[in-house]
Amino acid sequence: MATVTYDKASRIYPGTERPAVDALDLEIADGEFLVLVGPSGCGKSTSLRMLAGLEDVNSGRILIGDRDVTDVQPKDRDIAMVFQNYALYPHMSVADNMGFALKIAGTPKADIRKRVEEAAKILDLTEYLDRKPKALSGGQRQRVAMGRAIVRQPQVFLMDEPLSNLDAKLRVQTRTQIASLQRRLGVTTVYVTHDQTEALTMGDRIAVLKDGVLQQVGTPRDMYDTPANVFVAGFIGSPAMNIGSFQVSEGAAQLGQTRIPLERDVIAAIKPEDKGHITIGFRPEALDVVTQANEGAIPIKVVLVEELGSDAFVYGELAGAGAAAKDIHSGAGDAQIIVRVDPRQVPMKGDTIWVAVRPGERHVFSSASGARITV
Amino acid sequence: MPDSLQITAASPDPALLDLPWHVPLEDWPQDVLAALPRGISRHVVRFVKLSGRVIAVKEIGETVAYREYELLRALSRLDVPSVEPVGVINGRRSPDGERLEAVLITKHLQFSLPYRALFSTALQPHTTGRLIDALAVLLVRLHLTGFYWGDVSLSNTLFRRDAETFAAYLVDAETGDLHERLSDGQRAYDLEVARVNIIGELMDLEAGELLEEDVDTIAIGGRLVERYQELWDALTESESFDTGERWRVAARIEHLNELGFDVGELDITTDVDGTTVSIRPKVVDAGHHSRRLMRLTGLDVEENQARRLLNDLDAYRAHADRQGEDEEFAAHDWLTTVFEPAVRAVPRELRGKLEPAQMFHEMLDHRWFVSREQGRDVPMAEAVRSYVDTVLQHRPDEKAVLGVDTAVIPRISDL
Repeated sequence: MATVTYDKASRIYPGTERPAVDALDLEIADGEFLVLVGPSGCGKSTSLRMLAGLEDVNSGRILIGDRDVTDVQPKDRDIAMVFQNYALYPHMSVADNMGFALKIAGTPKADIRKRVEEAAKILDLTEYLDRKPKALSGGQRQRVAMGRAIVRQPQVFLMDEPLSNLDAKLRVQTRTQIASLQRRLGVTTVYVTHDQTEALTMGDRIAVLKDGVLQQVGTPRDMYDTPANVFVAGFIGSPAMNIGSFQVSEGAAQLGQTRIPLERDVIAAIKPEDKGHITIGFRPEALDVVTQANEGAIPIKVVLVEELGSDAFVYGELAGAGAAAKDIHSGAGDAQIIVRVDPRQVPMKGDTIWVAVRPGERHVFSSASGARITV
Repeated sequence: MPDSLQITAASPDPALLDLPWHVPLEDWPQDVLAALPRGISRHVVRFVKLSGRVIAVKEIGETVAYREYELLRALSRLDVPSVEPVGVINGRRSPDGERLEAVLITKHLQFSLPYRALFSTALQPHTTGRLIDALAVLLVRLHLTGFYWGDVSLSNTLFRRDAETFAAYLVDAETGDLHERLSDGQRAYDLEVARVNIIGELMDLEAGELLEEDVDTIAIGGRLVERYQELWDALTESESFDTGERWRVAARIEHLNELGFDVGELDITTDVDGTTVSIRPKVVDAGHHSRRLMRLTGLDVEENQARRLLNDLDAYRAHADRQGEDEEFAAHDWLTTVFEPAVRAVPRELRGKLEPAQMFHEMLDHRWFVSREQGRDVPMAEAVRSYVDTVLQHRPDEKAVLGVDTAVIPRISDL
């Protein structure tokens, strides 16, 4: 087992100007489950492949433990790409199916048996070791394939969108199984996905990338509560955060009829390049339905109500703001505001409701740089 | 999510619509299947009859299906030996509205053989080695075009007979990726995955007593690495020599032709004082002999079959004393008076046993064999009759060998 360190590691594809991965600095702790997440083209898979040795590192270094592996062949890096290949051999016993790679590597027979038995114990396969794969259930066969990676006792497991092939229901089941197995094994794992929900539910920590640049790394809670910039704020969370561009005047953020008072620290943080604007974000679940009289109340015209039983979401648009209504939108990119409301008191389509951001659940970002302004 | 069936295909066959897409592939009725379900695959795969042909249908996640479809199309355009994609069908639902997985459809490669089929029939002693050599050539060709396979194995490959040897075709591109150029790490990883998979597959045959006893499986895996490395070096290495040794340029090209490759572009640089020259092939294309035969006769055959046919064509020209005249004329006459009559002499019901070019190759072998036995030059027509009666009759049909007996391996979704 080992730590993994990206030390200002960059990958620039020939013929391109912008690095696919730009000076990535990331330290992954021993035994940690780290998820690389971001939209397509953000550099997450390239980062993983750099660690696997499949992509050249054009500058910087990559270390596994204390060992600089930047120029080491993939097979000598002591890593395992899990789920890449899991065909089972029908004529071989379950034990041989799990241990054959060790046999190829010349590991002594007794050692192979010992490691296979250990892995089988973790995977609940002990009583099947001498049977053929045919005698196993689907789930057991799958675990045999996992066992193949485990018996090699690699320092790091790498997984590149292993669930992308599954439908939504199975994805949920399988991700729980992978996460719990990883925790039992305690092997450092780097996992790539484009799905922020997968990232939040599986990772000890999450690293969000965009355009080859690391945006933020932290626990799921960190990413959710204190996103470092507008991009992370809009990317993490489902439904996505509402994000609006407000004009600052007389100590408050204004958009249409809405006036949200700002703290003195926030106003002090506004720079000339922000041109008198500020970006404010609030999650659908950070809103309370209030009356028009409330200070900072935001009027929303209800376009659609989605009732989910335990929750209800209002999809609407900023009312009475004219053209400015488009300045506030969901982080998912749609020109709408999303509000979680009490499922027992849902408004009707066409109603106007007033909502206020709960104290302390407001996120403010610089209008020019998108960086979080810490209050 | 679309509610209706969506078919993405370059040239869709209307008969596709008649297949039972509302039924999970696993439960498809036998009357549409071309063979009983078999094959070692992590997905459900079925061979299906369609308009007098056979197609392979694989159930797979939607994004992966489209991705593999596009990759296979790109590989076909690049002229890499691979199965041809037919299309993707998406938006499948069962009668009670349950969503079914998308399918990727490929054409079945006629006269191709899965490696397990080769091991379950009477096996010639050197088959294993020849399969490995064919796979090494395929892997080098894929890597030259920038294709990273990700899961190289014998089961992801199909083999076609090619004279004494085999030609390998890529079947499964699911884990693959097309790049501008591959890094050494990508090539090395592919090669290591190939080595481990091949040894695993052979160990499995060994466990099933399908492999001759004294075969060293680990050495065979090693042979792939060696063959790959030799071929890769021969095709890509730069070579330096004295300006006076310019014949070495021609020799290098000839050597590559021998290996079955054409040189499309050669980098030639001289040092400052002009005493040494260095050359490095920049663009190489496989199929030197098959292209030449195609140009002369229009026959589209594998590389080593082409070598054999070209040799016979040369012998024909020498025999007819026509070496002085244009090659094209002699080639046309050889085609109409030697090749075609020989192939047509095979009774229709036996034509599904082998490809015409492979049959012709075996006929030439057979003629040599009977001529030696009888101590006279047996004419082709007579040799063909004897070949049909004593050899071809007893051969298995190889036009559509569809999988062999192995467990169907469940997808990760079967957890």
